[in-house]
Amino acid sequence: MMAVGKKEIECPPYAEGTPLSDRDIKERKVTYVEDHPDIRYSWSAGQAISKFLNGLKEGRILGVKCNKCGRIMVPPRMFCELCFKPIDGWVELEDTGTVQTFSISYIDPDAKPLPEPIIVAVIAIDGASQNMGIMHILDEVKPEDVYIGMKVKAVWKSEEEREGAITDIKYWKPLEG
Amino acid sequence: MEVERISGLKFHKKQDVAIVGAGMTTWKRRLNETGRELSYLAVKQALEEAGLTLDDIEMVVMGSAPDTFDGLHLKGEYLLDGSGGSDRPYMRVFVGGGTGVFAPIAGYWHVASGLADVCLVVCEEKMSSSYPHPQSAFKYIWDPILDRPLNPNLIWIFALEMRRYMHVHNIKHEDIALVSVKNKANALDHPCAQVAEKITVEDVLNSEPMALPVRRLDVSPPSDGAAALIMVAPHIARQLTDNPVWVTGVGWALDTTWWTNRDLYFPRYVAEAAKMAYRMAHVTDPRKEIDVAEPYDPFDYKELHHMEGLGLAKKGEAPILTREGVTQRDGDLPTCPSGGLLGVGNPIAATMGVKACEIYWQLAYRAGKRQVAKEVTTGVCQAWGDLMQVGTVMVMSNKR
Ligand SMILES: [Zn+2]
Repeated sequence: MMAVGKKEIECPPYAEGTPLSDRDIKERKVTYVEDHPDIRYSWSAGQAISKFLNGLKEGRILGVKCNKCGRIMVPPRMFCELCFKPIDGWVELEDTGTVQTFSISYIDPDAKPLPEPIIVAVIAIDGASQNMGIMHILDEVKPEDVYIGMKVKAVWKSEEEREGAITDIKYWKPLEG
Repeated sequence: MEVERISGLKFHKKQDVAIVGAGMTTWKRRLNETGRELSYLAVKQALEEAGLTLDDIEMVVMGSAPDTFDGLHLKGEYLLDGSGGSDRPYMRVFVGGGTGVFAPIAGYWHVASGLADVCLVVCEEKMSSSYPHPQSAFKYIWDPILDRPLNPNLIWIFALEMRRYMHVHNIKHEDIALVSVKNKANALDHPCAQVAEKITVEDVLNSEPMALPVRRLDVSPPSDGAAALIMVAPHIARQLTDNPVWVTGVGWALDTTWWTNRDLYFPRYVAEAAKMAYRMAHVTDPRKEIDVAEPYDPFDYKELHHMEGLGLAKKGEAPILTREGVTQRDGDLPTCPSGGLLGVGNPIAATMGVKACEIYWQLAYRAGKRQVAKEVTTGVCQAWGDLMQVGTVMVMSNKR
């Protein structure tokens, strides 16, 4: 049996909750338990990204093309998600590009302050279709001098140092000046 | 064969869906209650408002995302008893931050399909379990091979979007900061609010830089909290109230995970989701027909971005509407009258409380001090999440 009728209560009716402060926890004034799981993962890079990473090791940026929609894509993938068919082949792209957008970051992955701010950008890679970018770091440029549309070039690690990782490119620097 | 991608009107519902009750807990950075206990409190309130007991609930939808904040796997299972889901059909749905509107959409499926006449939707998030800061869990959202070796912080992607948006439309940070000023002030009238305050544009522009252009006061806080909604069939709604609020349209869409391959200045994921929801709701001119809106605002520029995705403003026009006061609570198009995530707080999935629940309260004229000045018939709420790619939209009306 249902329907006792809707009550006229002010909304949101508001359940108070019990707020804690940082100190409450640090000083163990409240009961809690801690756990530090120790777990590691090893990810398979897959077919497309494996080839891309091996390209980076050789100092080359590889993309893929789809003849149906005509796109040249990077990061590469084994299938065109728009045409939903296998890609038609691999292309070597330039190691230059254009800054699509950027940020000056003052924080590390844990939101802790960085000693020096770093510049992070989305860079559209030359030779790929419009807007085909990757995220990476900019350096050898002052934060106030970066602008959207700036041409940049990859600064590679030495051949011996490269290991087949996105960080085989140390950072990107302005193409001119 | 070419078919149109969003064909909302192919949709045949078995019955209309009404909302008859909602509830939410206070939102705080750190609450002593567990997620189960918070869920229980929100559910109790929703039941009380609807005039129902748990025995009346046929099915339960729970929204919570992701597991990493709580450090609890099988979180749907963990939250079962606090959500009132024991011994009845129960499911968990999540699309990251988009869950706050996706969970009620899933509740809508239950009732519209005729599978349930009374469905309870519960959303919970407890971000403070990951100690000292949930940012450390956020880093696992990034692509492990292409992005994570660069040591990214999640704020990066928002900063990149915000910069691109400002660049394409030539928008000043001052105009974006007005959103934070508005929402934090609106939240002063919300009893559950975490960071309600009177601030100025200068306060935002002078706040600590995080990842420029994003500064501390451009960002919503991490929170703990829960919210609940009760969705029912028309014959049940009639027994409970003379003034139900109807769900008239739902929509959802995801843009590509290759996020660096899309132009970040416009949220296509919202535009597609909105197109679907508006078709279902027979809304053809959202700017004219929507009376009150709760676009998703974890960052101040995001409210503007999402207003444009929702068709409430032309591309690049949302900052102008904001500057002109159109989006104030007494304006022509009040947005985030609740105080939003920027003012009330951001417990990821539980943001249902200031999105779907708030639009319900506004359309039921039960929003108290937060009630918008104008007469309201139709409202829209929206959420956003996953790898910055999902849009979830719900249109509601107090007329059937
Ligand atoms: Zn293609």
